[in-house]
Amino acid sequence: MLLTSSSFKRNVRRKLEDPSLQRNMKRFGGRFVEARAAVMTEVDNLEEIRVAAAAIRDRSLANLDSYLVEFEAQAQARGTQVHWAETAQDVNRILIEIARANGVRKIVKSKSMVSEESGLNDAVAAAGMEAIETDLGEYILQLAEEPPSHIIAPAIHKSVEEVAELFSEKHHTPRQTDIPALCREAREQLRPHFLSADMGISGGNFLIAETGSVVIVTNEGNGRMVTTLPRIHVAITGIEKVLPTLNDFSTVVRLLTRSATGQSITNYVSMLTGPRREGDPDGPEQSHIILVDSGRSRLLGTELQQALRCIRCGACMNHCPVYQNIGGHAYGWVYPGPIGAVLTPSYVGLENALDLPQASTLCGACQVVCPVKIPLPELMRVLREKSFSQGLRPWHERWSIMLWRTAASHPRLYAGLTRLAARLLRRLGGKDRLLHRLPGLDGWTEGRDMPAPSGQTFRELYRKRKA
Amino acid sequence: MSARDNILARVRKGLGLPGNIPGAESDKARAYMAQQARGPRPTYGWSDNVARFCERSEKLGSTVDRVASLAEVPQAVARYLQSKGLPTSAVAWPALQDMPWSAAGLEVQARAARGSDLVGITGAFCAVAETGTLMLLSGEDTPATVSLLPETHIALVDVTRIVPGMEEAWALMKAERGAPPRAVNFVSGPSRTADIEQTIVIGAHGPYRVHVVCYG
Repeated sequence: MLLTSSSFKRNVRRKLEDPSLQRNMKRFGGRFVEARAAVMTEVDNLEEIRVAAAAIRDRSLANLDSYLVEFEAQAQARGTQVHWAETAQDVNRILIEIARANGVRKIVKSKSMVSEESGLNDAVAAAGMEAIETDLGEYILQLAEEPPSHIIAPAIHKSVEEVAELFSEKHHTPRQTDIPALCREAREQLRPHFLSADMGISGGNFLIAETGSVVIVTNEGNGRMVTTLPRIHVAITGIEKVLPTLNDFSTVVRLLTRSATGQSITNYVSMLTGPRREGDPDGPEQSHIILVDSGRSRLLGTELQQALRCIRCGACMNHCPVYQNIGGHAYGWVYPGPIGAVLTPSYVGLENALDLPQASTLCGACQVVCPVKIPLPELMRVLREKSFSQGLRPWHERWSIMLWRTAASHPRLYAGLTRLAARLLRRLGGKDRLLHRLPGLDGWTEGRDMPAPSGQTFRELYRKRKA
Repeated sequence: MSARDNILARVRKGLGLPGNIPGAESDKARAYMAQQARGPRPTYGWSDNVARFCERSEKLGSTVDRVASLAEVPQAVARYLQSKGLPTSAVAWPALQDMPWSAAGLEVQARAARGSDLVGITGAFCAVAETGTLMLLSGEDTPATVSLLPETHIALVDVTRIVPGMEEAWALMKAERGAPPRAVNFVSGPSRTADIEQTIVIGAHGPYRVHVVCYG
């Protein structure tokens, strides 16, 4: 996927000024938040299960190499061909090699965020094959030629009118705005593709080491189609997605679906282990899995390793006040919201996504809802520190921080400066005691007035009250 | 070195482990897997697995019928199809082909499903009470497409095989089958999507209706 994270600020401005996006984000508002809150009441010992789930993910990561090797051995024993991709480009190369070796022309895909990392669809098209997205949200976006803006609800930024327009234009059908009718239209368009495709591509929510299986957690049924009907199935997933046992999966999935869509379980949980067995009347003849590193191993052994616990539920973005206002596209890459603010700089380089760790008020909502207890605000702080110490922040920001440091480490100077500032700002506030503009700090006063200080510093007030 | 070795070497270096490929410490990982530890679950309980399963199934948007024995199932299926005005011809798992379907007025073909089939009848390996979920295992006599392609999926559930949670379902699979089949599908109600304006629509790519007949 084209990386535009380096122009984050420009992206944000555009999104804030886009009335239709703003309308759609308002509608998005609290629905996921409410659904999650409602279903979590079913789990009376939520904290105990979160602690256990985080421990399971930590255990998987602490012995990641062992579990990967075990997974590989079990998968191969059941006939799956295991491929390893060091980079995103390797993912595309391996996939196209498998497709060419088997004379593949048409590919149906269920949702895979990892395949977005490598821009797989474009690579497949360039190789002369057709890849069709079949998740309804992804299908809409493929028609619209847009990237996803949410990891579980990719077309969240689109209204029904926009979808209606798009379907009518691309399907050459009468425009209809009834949502069930639009879903039916997509079903009827895609059914023939499922039945005629040569290859199905899926992601993988988890890999199970003890059985060599890949598990996908889905609602629409397209994930089952692409892993059942075409003669070749390829699953693409990150190396960090391995879990030791089926029991571990059972613990984690209780939180995944509740955190993601507010469901106690999704309609389908499908565990795939190898190609069709002798005598089986259905299922693919070949089963492949591509294990993707592409920046993940770099996080191991650092504070950022905790981000690899992520089970991709999307709760952090659903609850993020920044995401709720700017949507997913502004983040400029595959993973938006707080987890994206941590993963994107880690995967593509901090210098290419410098503003993402700053895109947070550090309110902490993301950490509170994270089912595997990733300390996202803390990790954003780690990246902020890194970007400062590597000299990647703009000069005025570095200078301001250095000046502040000098002042803050000289108490008298600090007292003098704050006194001066308090008096000055008090005067600038005028009769209504509001600052309409702060020269050089426009961001603070752009959308609201800043209340002017009282004219006295904290120390002065403290002394007065103590007396 | 291959991509595999490079990745494993990077992982080990990151984790601060010596060497390039897993060594003695992988015994620890194997020991953990062998232990088969189960995690904590929600502490609310229910007294009756069958009642819980039926209640949760309905909450997921499935319909549920209960009959006394397997012999009564074909009549119950026919009743359901007629009451909904659905076709009485269906595709079914080969495992169910000896049941007296035609005596109940149903025309049933035992095979994997095709895109044009409208009603699919399956059994279930077992069912999960906690969430109202069916567990289906693919196989020679239990093709996965029958629960997927038709617009209506009818599932027959033996009440003695309703287990409390997913953990018990896995344990049952391991005890009776050893390794997993090609596909294990946990099915919880009709397919759905909320991809347009977060409006839940029942019937996405899979079935529009799931009807569960509990017997025994």
